[in-house]
Amino acid sequence: MFRDFDFQVIFGNLDILWDGMLITLLLTAVAIVGGILLGTMLALMRLSKFTPLSILAGRYVDAFRSTPLILVIFWFYFAMPIIGLQAIGGLGSVLIAFTLFEAAYYCEIIRAGIQSITRAQINAGLAVGLTQCQTMRFVVLPQAFRNMVPVLLTQAIVLFQDTSLVYVVGLKDFLTAADLIAVRDNRVVELYLTAAVVYFVLCIIASLWVRKLKRGYAI
Amino acid sequence: MAMKYNWDWSILLCRSPEADPTGAVEPGTPGSGATEFGGGMGQTFDTGAECAQPYFDWIVSGLSWTVIVACAAWVITFSLGSVIGVSRTVENKTVRAIATAYVEMFRNVPLLLQMFIWFFVVPELLPEDAGRWLKRELPLPEYWTAIVCLGMYHASRTAEQVRAGIESIPRGQTHAGLAMGLTRTQVYRHVLLPVSYRIIIPPLTSDFMGIFKNSSVALTIGVMELTAQSRQIAEYTFNIFEVFTAATVLYMMVTLIVVTIMRFVEAKVRIPGTIALGGD
Repeated sequence: MFRDFDFQVIFGNLDILWDGMLITLLLTAVAIVGGILLGTMLALMRLSKFTPLSILAGRYVDAFRSTPLILVIFWFYFAMPIIGLQAIGGLGSVLIAFTLFEAAYYCEIIRAGIQSITRAQINAGLAVGLTQCQTMRFVVLPQAFRNMVPVLLTQAIVLFQDTSLVYVVGLKDFLTAADLIAVRDNRVVELYLTAAVVYFVLCIIASLWVRKLKRGYAI
Repeated sequence: MAMKYNWDWSILLCRSPEADPTGAVEPGTPGSGATEFGGGMGQTFDTGAECAQPYFDWIVSGLSWTVIVACAAWVITFSLGSVIGVSRTVENKTVRAIATAYVEMFRNVPLLLQMFIWFFVVPELLPEDAGRWLKRELPLPEYWTAIVCLGMYHASRTAEQVRAGIESIPRGQTHAGLAMGLTRTQVYRHVLLPVSYRIIIPPLTSDFMGIFKNSSVALTIGVMELTAQSRQIAEYTFNIFEVFTAATVLYMMVTLIVVTIMRFVEAKVRIPGTIALGGD
């Protein structure tokens, strides 16, 4: 049990764990930025009056939201080389998978945020002579994003945890690094519990911060 | 760009005469007996013929394991989630603190890691007899582990929904119940819970869909569910587009069926005179 808990195996392998954490953070950052950009586009498409666009965006969101992330990772990881994009590599295809997958979730958050802005704001924007596009850009989106920040950040915490799923294609993120050491040194208990503590501490700090933000942030 | 890929949708229909759904895990295992390689299925190994394995049966078996694991996990999620959700709303500070600790603990560690901890770490930390029983004597340990892990992980989410449902009911209802002479338990049983469950049907449905999708994480500890089977077929045939399309379509179909049923249920049990919270 804990009697023979060996911390040396953790401290001796900090560099491997740190490299893994960098991959985890890279995945999280790219998926957040890419997901929000693509998600915003999808949300605008979904709300557009041009029906084919809104149907297309709707199908996209439904498809990704009803498929498990692992299956999406497999899709891109195995399909990229076959369609002739070996150059992208494992990390690249996983980054694409995460971005496209997260975009579907961000789209729904952003759509709800945009819809929470009252119609009067849009009318006022149009009345002062802004175009549709300008109203969206300068009136609706800034307010919508401000309202959405806590939800977007909560989704980012979920995403941070989900990046551990790259384990299934053997990409060396934090969890996979911990797993490799655990199997190599036969120290499963120490490594898994340490990894759990690290994830827990990071996520709880982030979610406490989001909670604090929520209190003082809404317009 | 030139694409070298042999489309063959027919592999999805491969069936073996002596279909054995659980046998899907075994094929290819070295040392599983030279006799098998000698005759029957063995002869298709070397030629690379399309129907080397009963892929159709693998997919069916995968889908049924996905459904079984998800439904069993949901039973744990719903009951435990309800208890914890209610605990987060009671007056007793200790009970509330325990429930909060549960929710925070299970919500802030990745599911995949929880799966590993249940499967590899928990048997080590238990008293020796219990650990040995888990590792050696329990049949299908990975399936039980997956069910318990998924159930407890999602219970933390369902608990939050249950709590939100209870808290959305005006305090006046509780007071009215107490004033009528009901005990606190009776207030929960007859006033708060019947209303809040009906309010939170939409978020509970998406929680269930979450369990259903997250059951794919169980493939990491060896549960041969739909995603695992489709990857296995992809590795055997290299027809990845066909097999992953089939899996994706199956996931989408189940989602569609569940959402349709739940929409019907929601309409059936809607409290007259209210608009459902959380719906579209």
